[in-house]
Amino acid sequence: MRITVLLPGTLREKAGGEAKLDVEVAEPATLGGLLDALAERYPALERRLRDEQAGLRRYVNFYVDGEECRHRGGTGTVLREDAEVQIIPSVAGG
Amino acid sequence: MSVLLAIGTRKGLWLATSSDDRASWEVTGPHHPMTEVYAVGIDTRRATPRLLAGVTSEHFGPSVATSDDLGATWAEPGHAPIAFPADTGESLARAWQLVPGPVSEPDVVYAGTEPSALFRSTDGGRTYELVRGLWDHPHREHWTPGGGGKAIHTVLPHPTDPGRVTVAMSTGGVYRTEDGGETWAARNTGIKAVHVPDPYPEYGQCVHKVARHPAEPDRLFAQVHHGVYRSDDAGDTWQSIADGLPSDFGFPIVVHPDRPEVIYTFPLVADAMRFPPEGRCRVYRSEDAGKSWEALGPGLPDGYWAGVMRDAMCTDDADPAGVYFGSRTGDVYASRDDGDSWQLVAAHLPDVLSVRAARV
Repeated sequence: MRITVLLPGTLREKAGGEAKLDVEVAEPATLGGLLDALAERYPALERRLRDEQAGLRRYVNFYVDGEECRHRGGTGTVLREDAEVQIIPSVAGG
Repeated sequence: MSVLLAIGTRKGLWLATSSDDRASWEVTGPHHPMTEVYAVGIDTRRATPRLLAGVTSEHFGPSVATSDDLGATWAEPGHAPIAFPADTGESLARAWQLVPGPVSEPDVVYAGTEPSALFRSTDGGRTYELVRGLWDHPHREHWTPGGGGKAIHTVLPHPTDPGRVTVAMSTGGVYRTEDGGETWAARNTGIKAVHVPDPYPEYGQCVHKVARHPAEPDRLFAQVHHGVYRSDDAGDTWQSIADGLPSDFGFPIVVHPDRPEVIYTFPLVADAMRFPPEGRCRVYRSEDAGKSWEALGPGLPDGYWAGVMRDAMCTDDADPAGVYFGSRTGDVYASRDDGDSWQLVAAHLPDVLSVRAARV
């Protein structure tokens, strides 16, 4: 199924300058599966989102259809057909 | 002759270049803005020097960037240059060291990391593999984080024997391999540990930095958490050389590039008082391998309350040699007369974590 990924400005250069990606993910689709698909296509982007043990980076948030995924099972969050995943860095640091 | 000074800070990398024998400097930056640059290296074994920078974004994690045009452009591999294998269950927090290997292995670069591990690159520092022998060491589970984290922050490849590498960490101490990384032994005899009940344990010392001169590879100097030491047998045994210093606490120690008897450090009052003594910014130099010390003051300020971290002091390879340090208040000073006098290269940068300099 097709998932739409919206990227923050700071990460677009890792995806060829694109702000919005259409990603094909095998069913049943989860956030983890989406990130696995992203890793195939844009490894330099995906490693900014997860560490080498596939853990979500602490200060990167994933909103699935408007809801932050950590409240919906993290990487196990199920994605519907045409879901929109928005990636937003946390407010952090100084 | 141009000299390049790479300045890693908590918010990016600055590059200072001098083309008039270090009388004046042109500073560019920030390169890699909003990344912590704990590790920076200048690999002069190549026809064109390669810059190596360990860059860690608080949001997007760690990476290693390289530049073959003195910082004009940077490259990073798509896949993570340093990554812990799946079976370790660990993830890289940051690279603390990026160190070119011996001249006989021009494509070898070592990385010392947090969590404490050693990685080895055979492609000039672009991608790295875990050195399993050290990772599998039975002591590893007993290494504990120092104030800065649990990291290998000193990597000293032997200048002529590729099989010999010495590493150090806080807290764990000094370890050495003689078989290319297969086996490692603790080398801390004589180094006092002030933070555990046993003052002279086999390992667990909080070693802040170890330095050596390539012409005297068996002589090592160490700045420890309350202790300054010399070893004349490659780390097998250590003797205190702290007499004559205002404090045995500090972070950096470096050796003069041409004179193996000449060393520099930056004492702080104490563990619990990490200020220069009396607020006077002073580098201390020994010209007799630690038997005696003198404070170097001309050009350095009083009323100064910032420390100098373990990788924020270095020398260059120019003639005569230069000495450099950066502080946590973002000032960078340079000397081109062995430390007799100092000039400001840059001020008001973010806090300085690492400096490296070389002729380019």
